[in-house]
Amino acid sequence: MFVGMPMKVWRFWWYLMGTSCLVWTMSLQAAVPPLDLDIGLGGHCVDDPQYMRLNHMKLLLKQRDETVRQGIRGGKYSLAKCVDCHASKVNHSVLGTDRNFCQGCHVYASVKIDCFECHSSSPTVHTLRRQAAVESHKE
Amino acid sequence: MSDKCAQSRRNFLSRGAALTAAVAIAPGILLYDFARARPVGEPASGKVRWGMLIDTTQCESGCDECVQACNRENALGSDTGATAPQWIRKVDLEQEGSGKKLSLPMMCQHCAEPPCVEVCPTGASFKRADGIVLVDKHRCIGCRYCMMACPFEARSFVHEPVLDHSGATPRGKGTVESCTLCVHRVDEGRLPACVEACSKSGHQAILFGDLSDPASEISKRILSVTPTHLRADLNLGTGVSYLGLESS
Repeated sequence: MFVGMPMKVWRFWWYLMGTSCLVWTMSLQAAVPPLDLDIGLGGHCVDDPQYMRLNHMKLLLKQRDETVRQGIRGGKYSLAKCVDCHASKVNHSVLGTDRNFCQGCHVYASVKIDCFECHSSSPTVHTLRRQAAVESHKE
Repeated sequence: MSDKCAQSRRNFLSRGAALTAAVAIAPGILLYDFARARPVGEPASGKVRWGMLIDTTQCESGCDECVQACNRENALGSDTGATAPQWIRKVDLEQEGSGKKLSLPMMCQHCAEPPCVEVCPTGASFKRADGIVLVDKHRCIGCRYCMMACPFEARSFVHEPVLDHSGATPRGKGTVESCTLCVHRVDEGRLPACVEACSKSGHQAILFGDLSDPASEISKRILSVTPTHLRADLNLGTGVSYLGLESS
């Protein structure tokens, strides 16, 4: 079919292909609704929100090892703190629906989240008490 | 004369120890808290060696306040089936011949040379600087070598998905777990849940403290008595020791 096609037509063919691809991708982006997350209490994050979006997993991993293995408590990047601030006021959890803080974003980004197979997805009495203890030490 | 003198001195010491223990446990829990809590952001120190001295003569058969407190603290549930987690259990013993009866709590002995750490293929079983033996569940692959290596059968495997996350210690299916000496409480300067429950029930059978500190209650007590370390033949240097086990 393409054999013997003049160069001009050939170029036009590729132009057409490129544009349609572009239009198709843009239409896809438009089809995905922007994230509408229930951020719970919200307020000031422990660090710049954009930095946290990109790096929270690394920060959490580092702090978890320091806490578990060396016993360093009261760090800045704690999973319990994420949960305390971002648990939904509706179901008191960061999981449950695709609007909940952790689940919502992880579903959106299609990244599996396994923290909560062991850790609590709601603020617990223990985390609240731990927070209070840390605060009283700071004073 | 000198014997008598030594005897009375020993009596005095043990009475004194009992008195200070009572003071420390009853109104002074807060005092203990703030005196011993490690500053936030500091790692556990190797200068500290946490341990327990369990006085079996104070432990009552049929009382399981310590077990219940542990189950509540760590949300272990009250299931007693074959696969149920068991971080601490009550053991009743009867000596052959004399018929002497004993009751005591058994849990992870927090060895100085823990066999569970030695056999762990992933480094999940580890001993913290202050002598507390723990499982890093992020690294545990659930092979259960540690369970086989432990001479005290102190470890449990989580067989079922954990639905109740209200406990102080994160727990999950497919990992091994055991007594953490309530590390989260110890780091805050509080006593382990079982120790607190035992003293609340009026038994004062478990004394918790820093074995490295000569001024601590437990060190003073150990000077005046001869505690038994379980399976002392294995030279594990257990952090938990018992009183009243020696055959009479």
